[in-house]
Amino acid sequence: MNSHTYDYDYIDGNAAAGELSNIFAMDVTVAEGQCAHCGATKRFAEAHLYMQAPGVVARCAVCEHVLLRFVKARQRAFLDLRGMTCLILDTSQLQEC
Amino acid sequence: MMWRVGTVVALQDETATARTITLKVPDWPGHIAGQHVDVRLTASDGYSAVRSYSIASAPNAEKRVELTVERLPNGEVSPYLTQELAVGDRLELRGPIGGWFVWRAQQTEPIQLVAGGSGIVPLMAMIRSRTSTGSTAPFRLLYSVREPGAVFYRDDLLALSDCYNKVSLTYAYTRIPPKDWPRPPGRIDGALIADVTWPSNLAPTCYVCGPTPFVESAVGFLSASGNSADKIRTERFGPTGDRK
Repeated sequence: MNSHTYDYDYIDGNAAAGELSNIFAMDVTVAEGQCAHCGATKRFAEAHLYMQAPGVVARCAVCEHVLLRFVKARQRAFLDLRGMTCLILDTSQLQEC
Repeated sequence: MMWRVGTVVALQDETATARTITLKVPDWPGHIAGQHVDVRLTASDGYSAVRSYSIASAPNAEKRVELTVERLPNGEVSPYLTQELAVGDRLELRGPIGGWFVWRAQQTEPIQLVAGGSGIVPLMAMIRSRTSTGSTAPFRLLYSVREPGAVFYRDDLLALSDCYNKVSLTYAYTRIPPKDWPRPPGRIDGALIADVTWPSNLAPTCYVCGPTPFVESAVGFLSASGNSADKIRTERFGPTGDRK
């Protein structure tokens, strides 16, 4: 496998909901995130999620730019969100999940 | 989100390689059809492994959660869950998880479900939720499966496709169809999608679940049939259909 074969290695952003629930009070996968690279605004659930890495990497479904990286190591969690310029959360769902 | 403990109250084989595990989870907060749980197994040396499994059951008041697990040949977790787990055993789970790939009973628009293999699991929760809530939302299911013996929930699906207020059901066999089956075995294609799914002018919401290559092609055909991207929701398992 080389660095150009993104094909079919990914699943959906949905699958990160459990892991990210440790960090965020709300379900981030239903939030809209804007890609810092191409500007596309899509639900985080629609991002391409790569879980083969030591952590979790979410890439933009439009341009494959990295949106989020999340790694846990030795009692610490590292969350890199530089690939998203904005995360839009629907506060009406606060009561639901 | 905290880990909960569920007790196995029933086990049922769906196919030669897949088993439905029914858990009673005393502090279960309820779920929405389509959501999943993370299951954590911890070995005596402290090593733990977490895997995601879709919930197969409709939301219910009995705090029961059904998971259907497909056994993967070299899996770390699924062989245990499908072969060794026994009634009375306890499992750690986290959930319900995910608010995007869900169907709510308030939805009244036509629903197109497209399942590849064990991708049927969360879609079955939607079908069961439709039944348990008395919804009359029009549902169609296109279920792509290797052969008749690989069909999950066969009896439930038969009953639901043969009653008043039925779910319209189309099987697509990829390897071995039943005798005299009209369509030759093969993957779903544009003609089949155009033939058996809701016309796009009815603006159905589409839920597609399966291995990543299956989902990619199904979404392509649904789009080519005129369905807009914002009406198609997906849940992919990964490259080979091996649910992690």
